[in-house]
Amino acid sequence: MAARAMWKGRIRFGGIDVPVKLYSALEGTTIGFRLLHNTDKRPVEQRMVDPETGDVVEYADIKRAFETEDGNLVILEDEELEELIPEDSRDIEITRFVGEDAITHEWYDRPYYLGPDGNGAEYFALVTALRKKKKTGLAQWVMRKKEYVGALRVEGDYLMLMTLLHAGEVVPADKLPAPSGRDLDKREIAMAKQLVSALEDELDMSVYRDEYQDRVMELIEAKQKGKVLSFPKAPHRQKETSLADMLEKSLTSTQKKKAANG
Amino acid sequence: MAEDAEVRARSFWSGTITFGLVSIPVELLPATQREGVSLRMVSPEGTPLQRRYFCSKDEKELDWDDIVRGYEVEKGKFVVVTDEELEKLAPEKTRDIDLRRFVPASEIDPIYFERAYFLIPGGNSTKAYRLLAKTMEQMDRAGMATFVMRGKEYLIAIFAKDGILRAETMRFAAEIRAPSDIGLPDVVKPRAPTVTKMTKAITSLTERAMSEKELVDTHTKRLLALVARKEKSGEGLVVGAAGDDGPSSGGIIDLMEVLKRSLQNRAEAEPSLPANKMGARKKIAPKKSTAKKTTAKKTTAKKAETRSTSPILTPSAL
Repeated sequence: MAARAMWKGRIRFGGIDVPVKLYSALEGTTIGFRLLHNTDKRPVEQRMVDPETGDVVEYADIKRAFETEDGNLVILEDEELEELIPEDSRDIEITRFVGEDAITHEWYDRPYYLGPDGNGAEYFALVTALRKKKKTGLAQWVMRKKEYVGALRVEGDYLMLMTLLHAGEVVPADKLPAPSGRDLDKREIAMAKQLVSALEDELDMSVYRDEYQDRVMELIEAKQKGKVLSFPKAPHRQKETSLADMLEKSLTSTQKKKAANG
Repeated sequence: MAEDAEVRARSFWSGTITFGLVSIPVELLPATQREGVSLRMVSPEGTPLQRRYFCSKDEKELDWDDIVRGYEVEKGKFVVVTDEELEKLAPEKTRDIDLRRFVPASEIDPIYFERAYFLIPGGNSTKAYRLLAKTMEQMDRAGMATFVMRGKEYLIAIFAKDGILRAETMRFAAEIRAPSDIGLPDVVKPRAPTVTKMTKAITSLTERAMSEKELVDTHTKRLLALVARKEKSGEGLVVGAAGDDGPSSGGIIDLMEVLKRSLQNRAEAEPSLPANKMGARKKIAPKKSTAKKTTAKKTTAKKAETRSTSPILTPSAL
């Protein structure tokens, strides 16, 4: 079943105009609970209360305030906040293109797919062009009254818009000193490499599941049927010492396992 | 304040990477930090409001003890799940990052990345850490592992670069939609002249690096300018009203300083005798205090412009 687009806009750069539809690339999988009153199992309502008077303050009367360093509040009127809202626009403006690795993944926030709006002639031309040039676009746009910065990249056969964190929110790793110490032993490096090779595998993301969510769902289903569930906890492993010894032991045991599995 | 924040940052998560039978003590520190602004909800007179709970049937105000969690199995029908039951299902508390699978680093699709962290050496010896970092970097491999933090199990990818291990918490495959899930149309072969027109436009707009200037949060900047203007004029200013349970009590840490210091401590501790941590710390005490001063200063200066970006006006989740 086709998903509904969240937003429609157009990618713009250098006289080019590509109409697109935007979709979230994420599926909400977290199990959501409602808060209930324990006696009658009715949903709970949240209200904002003035602790001085004990009165509920209606949503329309609530004001927003900024808390300053020294514990003061600055009340911001709705009209003032309204003025800060960016001007509505349908443009995803590409300010520049950079190499595919220039925006490191620490900046990545949320992924969105872009799909063609219309016949796709321009859209798939852009996919092809970006792939050919091995480039990522730096994008700016306003969506639902909010400003975004993002990376426009190719994901498979389609375009993806990855929202980015803002300036100052990522610690630049290249300014960090690497831990130092005496030179590493060549034999140990060789063994560590062997161990990495022995543990090397194809990347298959489908083997990883959020097992906690699975267990919670299982519990809910069992309770719904009136059953009681019990989950045994996994036992824990113990550790030993000496780096070279441990590497060697790890290698032998990994190799044995591999041999046993054929 | 800066010190508190530092302690909190330092103890974010510490544990052990297990690589085969080798144990590598590490600390996990975030590589990113949200710096947006979150506003408080106040009464028209400027009293900070409290969130309270009421029963939707009898309008009664409820204590936290009167409230249970329910999962809606069909409209209006709930299965109640208790905290004790959820605790039993929570992953076993462990301090291990069990590194059992290595993959080519470039094979991991960044769509899975959720949040970036640094893994820095946690013990007095950095040897095993350096060995793993060097090996992974030379082989261009990333490690895949799961670990438990704050009662939640995470999938992480570990990367090595310039002698430092970094980690990225990963989304599970079930959280990612495929283009076919969305129903994106089949690929249409584009016309060559259109592609050429686009490649030309791309080339003319291409630059070597991205500029952090383009990532400036202009909305927050405008908001802070408004606040500064009003604070100065005294308009809408309610003195001493914030109380002490507000979002700012969290304090902001200078992550860079914390990280640098952690890494330097390790580097200097290494050649000395395998003395206890106290000894190693004492040795660099003077340096530490000057560093702290700068941190404190920066912290104050930065704090005003830091807080969660969320447009929904909730108390800071951090």
